[in-house]
Amino acid sequence: MNDKLVISGIEFNSRLWVGTGKYKDFAQTKQAIEVSGTDVVTVAVRRVNIIDKTKENLLDYIDPKKYKILPNTAGCYTAKDAIRTAMLAAEAGITKLVKLEVIGDEKTLFPDNEATLEAAKVLLKEGLIVLPYTSDDPIMAKKLVELGCPAVMPLAAPIGSGLGIRNPYNIKIILETVKVPVIVDAGVGTASDVALAMELGCDAVLLNTAIAGAKDPIAMAEAMKYGVLAGRLAYKSGRIPKKLYATASSPIEGMIGS
Amino acid sequence: MDRKSMNITLNGEKKQIPNGLTVLGLLEFLNIQHQRVAVERNLDIVKKDRYGTTMIQEGDVLEVVSFMSGG
Repeated sequence: MNDKLVISGIEFNSRLWVGTGKYKDFAQTKQAIEVSGTDVVTVAVRRVNIIDKTKENLLDYIDPKKYKILPNTAGCYTAKDAIRTAMLAAEAGITKLVKLEVIGDEKTLFPDNEATLEAAKVLLKEGLIVLPYTSDDPIMAKKLVELGCPAVMPLAAPIGSGLGIRNPYNIKIILETVKVPVIVDAGVGTASDVALAMELGCDAVLLNTAIAGAKDPIAMAEAMKYGVLAGRLAYKSGRIPKKLYATASSPIEGMIGS
Repeated sequence: MDRKSMNITLNGEKKQIPNGLTVLGLLEFLNIQHQRVAVERNLDIVKKDRYGTTMIQEGDVLEVVSFMSGG
């Protein structure tokens, strides 16, 4: 069964996308990513350490030939900064993909929707493949797709909160509203959250803290792998409708004493 | 000031570098692998194929970025 996710002609083997932040070290990052089975990893764009050049580089551990690198604009609070960061990421020459984040507030890390639209418009014109982090708002998703974004990435809950999908109904409406892949980004806490996102019909889930912050990140990475697979399969299988009353699983016929 | 060197701002820090360096020369001087970085000079991105011909000038503000851990 060919069930590959394709965005702008790029084939993704995994529907679990993993961030590279907050791990103990690069060795643990690498192991967690390997165990998760992902082929997409997100990275931040930051100043090179000029003073301490002995510092190892993430890409020494995460081979860009093996993994699709998805640079983000995390930490950007204005459209201008996000555009600048995304353009630098593209110029680094590994990918045209960018996970566009324009943050609106430090406490919630909720996106600034207005600035996200503004930045998306410019970056799409520059030829980047813009995957925008957005609130779980169907209207916002529609606007981003109308601009030309080839996928949308609504949040499940605040970044790093582990609260899971706070509004599955909005996610469902987004899935019905847009014709592009929907990738749940941020806020999932555990494997069942991931499974739920996939059961709703989402095309992929992107997470970081849920793995990196677990007591055993490697084991959690494996749990997430199965969460995505189970959820996707369940979605494709067509679940039974929910009913209020019981339906017996065993036949009535052939009961003794009847 | 030493005539053989000039002052620039590099990744937010004041720095003295030798005169007459190109962007490529600067990256080599700093011992930075230039394949995986992107460079911004005075808010304009320097294309990779211009690294060898773009001269650093006194007072330039440069940003050299790369991919780091992040979600």
